[in-house]
Amino acid sequence: MNSIGISNVPRRKTYWRDVLTIFLKDRSAWISGFILIVIFASAIFAPWICSYGPYQGSMSARLLDIGSPGHLLGTDELGRDMLTRLIYGGRMTLLIGFTPIFLAFVIGTTIGLVSGFVGGKINTFVMRTLDIFYAFPSVLLAVAISGAMGPGIMNSIIALTVVFTPQIVRVAESAATQIRNMEYIDAARMSGASSLIIIRVHLLSNVVGPIFVYATSLISVCMILASGLSFLGLGVKPPEPEWGLMLNTLRPAIYTKPFLSALPGIWLFITSIAFNLLSDAFRQAMSKKS
Amino acid sequence: MFLYVLKRILYSVPIILGVSILTFALVFMAPGDPISAIAPADAPEEVVQALKISYGLDRPVPVQYLLWLKKAVTGDLGVSIASGRPVLGEILTAFSHTLSIALIASFLGVGLGFFLGGVAGFYQNSWLDRIATFLSLIGISVPHYWLGLVLTIVFSVWLGWLPSMGAGPDSGAFYWDFEHIKFMLLPAITMAVIPTGIITRSVKSIVAEILAREFLVSLRARGLTDMTVLKHVIRNALPMVLAVVGLQIGYLMGGSILIETVFSWPGTGFLLNIAIFQRDFPLLQGIVLILCMFFVILNLVIDILQSILDPRIMRS
Repeated sequence: MNSIGISNVPRRKTYWRDVLTIFLKDRSAWISGFILIVIFASAIFAPWICSYGPYQGSMSARLLDIGSPGHLLGTDELGRDMLTRLIYGGRMTLLIGFTPIFLAFVIGTTIGLVSGFVGGKINTFVMRTLDIFYAFPSVLLAVAISGAMGPGIMNSIIALTVVFTPQIVRVAESAATQIRNMEYIDAARMSGASSLIIIRVHLLSNVVGPIFVYATSLISVCMILASGLSFLGLGVKPPEPEWGLMLNTLRPAIYTKPFLSALPGIWLFITSIAFNLLSDAFRQAMSKKS
Repeated sequence: MFLYVLKRILYSVPIILGVSILTFALVFMAPGDPISAIAPADAPEEVVQALKISYGLDRPVPVQYLLWLKKAVTGDLGVSIASGRPVLGEILTAFSHTLSIALIASFLGVGLGFFLGGVAGFYQNSWLDRIATFLSLIGISVPHYWLGLVLTIVFSVWLGWLPSMGAGPDSGAFYWDFEHIKFMLLPAITMAVIPTGIITRSVKSIVAEILAREFLVSLRARGLTDMTVLKHVIRNALPMVLAVVGLQIGYLMGGSILIETVFSWPGTGFLLNIAIFQRDFPLLQGIVLILCMFFVILNLVIDILQSILDPRIMRS
């Protein structure tokens, strides 16, 4: 879209519209978006799609091959339908992959913006404190916290939020520091706007885009890590369907049914690629625009 | 130069202290009284009290921390609750095992990442670029523990070329002969996948950014060969690339738990897994502390190397 025809419209509106236009021209954005919609929709509407229940097993039909009659993708070690478990598994995997990033996005943006806006000693203190978290390799930090707190979905989510919040704070803080000395902030302050309003209206609206794109690029990492925690036995507990946990419980079958036991990982892989492609397309659209 | 190094070392001290506080605090994240992690549930009251005193758990928490820190500084990380042996010895053995596969993985990751990233950056929008970019997307997207399982299926179960578990005969002593390297290959290859993807991406964007700089455009305009241009690109990219590589090696050491669990590789990750499920807190804290120290020192070394390669960093 060229900007000649709409040059009299305020910049902020056209900026996002242009980004969206570039984004929608990207073929990989369409493909990955489509994959994600299918996975999300099937997870949400699982009870209406699946002909079996996620916990419904049969001792006589264990580890059936892919393509068995009645079980399109076979059955797992307890005779439960694989396709059903994979579709239901998306619920948990997406939940524990998404929630920490969402929480980290909200908490991290708040801390980063306030700290960057206030500046000075307080900012230095906050950022130095966060440097401590950077001294932990992220997998180690996640495993150590959820390992110490014990297995469970809530504990995994807390551990992963702790891992990803400092990274978002850093991005938000550097963006806020760049903007806080801009003239329009001074102008807003002179016009009598309170700090809260300046942060909410002027800072937030200007930095939320880049922070959001950064956060989307973390989703796939978070999802793989979350499923990894379940794979280790630290996250979701059986018999709940979850891709990482399913990989773990199917591990003894890799010698007899290799394809079947690798299936949950393929689901995880495809979802992760789709998230990365989508995030890349978004970032490219934004960098092409500016 | 000396001043910069000194400043950089001093700057690490509060970080190391912070790491030690966080590591110490892991015990308090556990549900229930820390003593319940040490004493059996049916232990009589006197035994619990005696244990509390011997572990210093009867003192206020800050005092406990300082006592723990004082010991840790001298290398005494306590005794493993599960095995009864000093924690440090166990960790150092495991550390050497993790380090050996991490080294192979780093060579693979750095070599492949440099090659793919360099090609993609140099020949942008060519089919070479597209292949390299696709490979790096796979590298950063693949769940590595799943890839470990797939490699096991292919190379151990089907082809029978490589062993799928353990570290080879007599894993106590360590040798770099084929009998042992055979066991390292699958874990190391699996481990290399993520850094390969990330290094490819970073090298590509760094190379592309440098190629767009004016001095290189002018070099090319003056008709210099690709080889000479390449030299300038490498000279300029090295400090930035070094930072990425250093970070990745640190992540390899700290993030090995999933891979080591898949391959039963007797490294720090495997030990960490044992420590978590046996609620062995001295071991857990010891591993976390040692791995973080390694990471902090690695970052320090990388920073100093970077400032030697690019003295501008020191001044800013």
